[in-house]
Amino acid sequence: MASAEIDVKYVAHLARLALTSEEEKSLGAQLGSILGYIEKLRELDVSGVEPTAHAVPMVNVTRADEIRPSLSHEEALRNAPRQANGLFIVPKIVE
Amino acid sequence: MLNQLTISELTAKLARREVSAREAMQACLDQIARVDGKIHAFISHDAGDALAQADAADKELSNGGRTARCLLGVPIAIKDVLAVKNQPLNCASKILGNYISPYDATAIEKLKAAGAIVFGRLNMDEFAMGSSTENSAFGLTRNPWDITRIPGGSSGGSAAAVAADECIASLGSDTGGSIRQPAALCGCVGLKPTYGRISRYGLVAFASSLDQIGPFTKDVRDAATLLGVMSGVDPRDSTSVPQPVPNYVAALDGNVKGLKLGLPKEYMIGGLDAEVKAAVDAAVKQYEKLGAEIVEISLPHTDYAVATYYIIATAEASANLARFDGIRYGARVDGNDPIELYSKTRGAGFGAEVKRRIILGTYVLSSGYYDAYYLQAQKVRTLIRNDFLKAFEKVDAIVTPTTPTAAFKAGEKSGDPLQMYLSDIFTISCNLAGICGVSVPCGFTQSPKLPIGLQLLGKPFGEESLLKIAHAYEQATPWHLEKAGL
Repeated sequence: MASAEIDVKYVAHLARLALTSEEEKSLGAQLGSILGYIEKLRELDVSGVEPTAHAVPMVNVTRADEIRPSLSHEEALRNAPRQANGLFIVPKIVE
Repeated sequence: MLNQLTISELTAKLARREVSAREAMQACLDQIARVDGKIHAFISHDAGDALAQADAADKELSNGGRTARCLLGVPIAIKDVLAVKNQPLNCASKILGNYISPYDATAIEKLKAAGAIVFGRLNMDEFAMGSSTENSAFGLTRNPWDITRIPGGSSGGSAAAVAADECIASLGSDTGGSIRQPAALCGCVGLKPTYGRISRYGLVAFASSLDQIGPFTKDVRDAATLLGVMSGVDPRDSTSVPQPVPNYVAALDGNVKGLKLGLPKEYMIGGLDAEVKAAVDAAVKQYEKLGAEIVEISLPHTDYAVATYYIIATAEASANLARFDGIRYGARVDGNDPIELYSKTRGAGFGAEVKRRIILGTYVLSSGYYDAYYLQAQKVRTLIRNDFLKAFEKVDAIVTPTTPTAAFKAGEKSGDPLQMYLSDIFTISCNLAGICGVSVPCGFTQSPKLPIGLQLLGKPFGEESLLKIAHAYEQATPWHLEKAGL
């Protein structure tokens, strides 16, 4: 594992999370100590061990591809911060 | 006082028409009015809607009794992370704004089908991230046994509301101990079912491979009742498991003769409080007296559980919480382009602990670190799960303290996230292994008088046996009958 130093600004950008400079500073220090603790996993030899993504392994749970009842258009839009003409309103994306 | 009753006591009285559902609901509302100013278990509740549900239950009761609806007229309060149609849902966060759920979670749908009065939004750590309910955007919840102390978390409101008799039972969610730990610290019963036992549809996702819904109750019988109502496969949650749902209540026969209980030697750690250790030792003796056999076992990877958890849980959370972007629901802070809008919305909407975990989770998943952190943690998870499966070849259940100490003071650990994470040391492995666990009251500290919890861990889908073992101990001891003096 790499050194326990996080480039908080870069990771915050990846996470689309605006941080104040105080937040960047305190998060950097706290995450440093948490990562330091997490380093202990390196002690373990896991060669040949399969990863566990889910404790109850179930593969390819499928269902029939049929139309089923779902939220109405109106209900789906009810909680939108901004909407018009039955659509979500977002900032301009394409110039 | 009707609000102090258990589900089984209340439903018996309702069936005999000794009391009405309205009287029971009103008793809970009166208790909320009397004590919730101090405890703050509820973020909000709609008294009019709750009483209307009670009246509907009374009408049905007077039209010929209980039918098969085993929760008819029982007031059950809900953690603010579960969708209840037409009620607010905030996950104790600012980012959801004025969100109103357009549908019921499957667990809620099942409670309603069984006749329960589903009411209230219970306080929690924001997005279920925390162990003290101090990370709520809606203020602290206090421990009913000592209001200078935390109720545990993340389901602190759910535990405090049951302990303070503000409801008959409640629902919470458990990702790393968020049901069992607050249940222990508030002195009630808290059950985390096996992963896949209860559908997660309508539970706002924190860590999808670890989250489970479960009940808080005043005794083990009520936990068995609610588990039976909520369990079962659900086409809307592809991780729910098509295992038959047994009659959990019928399994509670008080008999543990010949059953084997495992004591993991790794759980006798340095930070374990002497009074907690004494209470758990006494509980083990009680089990011996009841005829169970105590076996020392080893869970050799225990020491790696917290580190494993905080990689897997934060990685999953960073992906799950990407949906809170200010576009489709919740609060929005405008920006000149979509990315600025997302960043500003999330920066303003999330609290400090949620930001911490999103950053950590994004980091461990980012290019160059994925194998070293996330994949390594998933492999260690396999080792932890194998420890348990191996132990369960020898024993029927595992006995541990639920928490290393009784409830700590508000503010005591909030400045040190790592210390807060380490307080979950006994509960976290259960979620990683996907097994079931329950916390039951097993005594009190002397001064101040604070509840202590006994944790029992059971095999995957072994809730029948787990609850039977918990119930036998509960019925042989007086702890669950004690009330916080409010």
